[in-house]
Amino acid sequence: MIKNGLIGVLALGALLLSAPSFAAGTDHAKMEPANNVLSNVRSLQRGVGHFVNYCMGCHSAKYVRYNRLADDLQLSEQQVTDNLMFVGEKLLDTMDIAMDPLDAGRWFGQVPPDLSLIARAKGTDYVFNYLKGFYLDPSRRNGTDNLFLPGASMPHVLWELQGLQEPVYEAIIDADGNVHKFMVGFEQVTEGLLSPEEYDQFVRDLANFLEYISEPVKLERQRLGIRVMLFLLVFFLFSYLLKQEYWKDIK
Amino acid sequence: MKSARTPPLERVTEGMQGLLVWIDARFPLSKMWREHISEYYAPKNFNFWYYFGSLAMLVLVIQIVTGIFLTMSYKPSAAEAFASVEYIMRDVNWGWLIRYMHSTGASAFFVVVYLHMFRAVLYGSYKKPRELLWLLGMQIYVALMAEAFFGYLLPWGQMSYWGAQVIVSLFGAIPFGIGETLVEWVRGDYFISDITLNRFFALHVIAVPLALIFLVIAHLLALHEVGSNNPDGIEIKEKKGDDGIPLDGIPFHPYYTVKDIMGVAVFMAIFAAVVFFAPEMGGYFLEHANFEPANSLKTPEHIAPVWYFTPFYAILRAVPDKLLGVVLMAGAIVMLFILPWLDKSPVKSIRYRGWIFKLAVSLFAISFVALGYLGLQPVSAASTLASRFFATIYFLFFLLMPIYTRLDRTKPVPGRVT
Repeated sequence: MIKNGLIGVLALGALLLSAPSFAAGTDHAKMEPANNVLSNVRSLQRGVGHFVNYCMGCHSAKYVRYNRLADDLQLSEQQVTDNLMFVGEKLLDTMDIAMDPLDAGRWFGQVPPDLSLIARAKGTDYVFNYLKGFYLDPSRRNGTDNLFLPGASMPHVLWELQGLQEPVYEAIIDADGNVHKFMVGFEQVTEGLLSPEEYDQFVRDLANFLEYISEPVKLERQRLGIRVMLFLLVFFLFSYLLKQEYWKDIK
Repeated sequence: MKSARTPPLERVTEGMQGLLVWIDARFPLSKMWREHISEYYAPKNFNFWYYFGSLAMLVLVIQIVTGIFLTMSYKPSAAEAFASVEYIMRDVNWGWLIRYMHSTGASAFFVVVYLHMFRAVLYGSYKKPRELLWLLGMQIYVALMAEAFFGYLLPWGQMSYWGAQVIVSLFGAIPFGIGETLVEWVRGDYFISDITLNRFFALHVIAVPLALIFLVIAHLLALHEVGSNNPDGIEIKEKKGDDGIPLDGIPFHPYYTVKDIMGVAVFMAIFAAVVFFAPEMGGYFLEHANFEPANSLKTPEHIAPVWYFTPFYAILRAVPDKLLGVVLMAGAIVMLFILPWLDKSPVKSIRYRGWIFKLAVSLFAISFVALGYLGLQPVSAASTLASRFFATIYFLFFLLMPIYTRLDRTKPVPGRVT
């Protein structure tokens, strides 16, 4: 009886471990890694440029302060004022925008979300793939849809840079004769201003910047963490010796 | 009386002693120190499992201190809460560290408390004469769950909002119109709103912490009254020396203070590793969806409570009927409360129990972890089936306990600790 029970537990355990892999695979498109490097300041500097030029028309980053940005991205206040601030903001301001949410809702169907935390909520890889995932779909109001956010209300803002791509489908006929269509990739239909490699780098820099603003303290936190761990190691050694000293007379 | 040539340090020492005499004549300071620290005799055979009591105290202090500092910059309103948390993370000096310590501390509290409770199950620490000690501990556990639940709403992220929505609505399952009225009373509104956030803030920062501190003091007083159990489950007070000190007892200070400091060092290293290198802990300590502000119009794809609630959440979901699910979920906690009266074994420690109890405890531990895992997963036919299986084991561990602890063949317990 008990043996059977144990086998049952093990079998169910195995079932559990295999369960999540069922759920994956089916409707989530495969994402490629962004391979961004957060400590690459040049990449972040390019990223903030892309963000201000291409994203900030509609998206705010309202928790990010310009002066903090200058410090972390090794830019002078003059550089930030000249290159990133266009409508009379102050250095102590955050990267907010003037678009009225009511208008935004009317124009796009929904208010473009603030991007301060998008990389934390969705993942940097998601941001990278999302920006590469727009494809032509005449049935959509914007003429495009997104592989990673089906029904996206955001138009393909970067189309000039990337060019336009069409989905490639593969059909599989199952045992009952039903045809299932799967999107297997994209085919470039118009050339962009950037080559595919350049576009990848463009989007990688942008994703890198979005990861940075989602937690500006990340690198500092890790640097400090190493010092804290070293201190705790030394503290442990002394606490261990102290304990041994006191406990040597306990039999 | 004293010559002017007495060295200064000695004069300070004499002064301090004088102060202590002055205080002791008015407040039992030295008496309390002796009773609870320097002359509290604990069994000398504590093992790994006995670190978690003092660690729970440490985490409580961390939570209170970081909580006080968070309160200084947090704004408990629906319009400002999310932004004020980001303000703490970005603009407040060391705010990020304080917040991560608090969020990691919440999970660490449950890790430590679950291990502390499991220790009691392993060594029969809930058995006579420690039933009240166990009941006070269980009340701490329930208060801690309430504290964590109220606190989780405060960042006002998507998971804060929808998690609270789901859990509060559970009370709605109570029939005869009581449930719905109760839910409205708890929320103070027809949905989770600014009003709910404000009262959860009050409960989180004042009401429940006060109850927690009171319960922790009572728990410690009860412990020091009956004395600590130990891995052998032997009452050390039964064998005393001529001086009236238990033969197997050693003073808590300095022996266990220095030992616990070592435990603190190891714990802090693990704690710091999470705080500095993985504060989100892969989405288990800080859920990804909680980095999106609460939106009452947009339900997240998958709502899961934080990991420490998921064993009970899995039991709830395993039952097709909502009311019965809520009853069983509450029953899972009630079972723990009545544990001292379910266990009929003549011995305390697992070391001297028979194979039936050892098997039962193993199955119980496996099913608790499995339920915790299942509660995190989206519902599927397989997961529901598995949840029912493990929930059954969970309940059978308790319900059959009066029978199998009587049948179990125990080993003779030695007179002195080993």
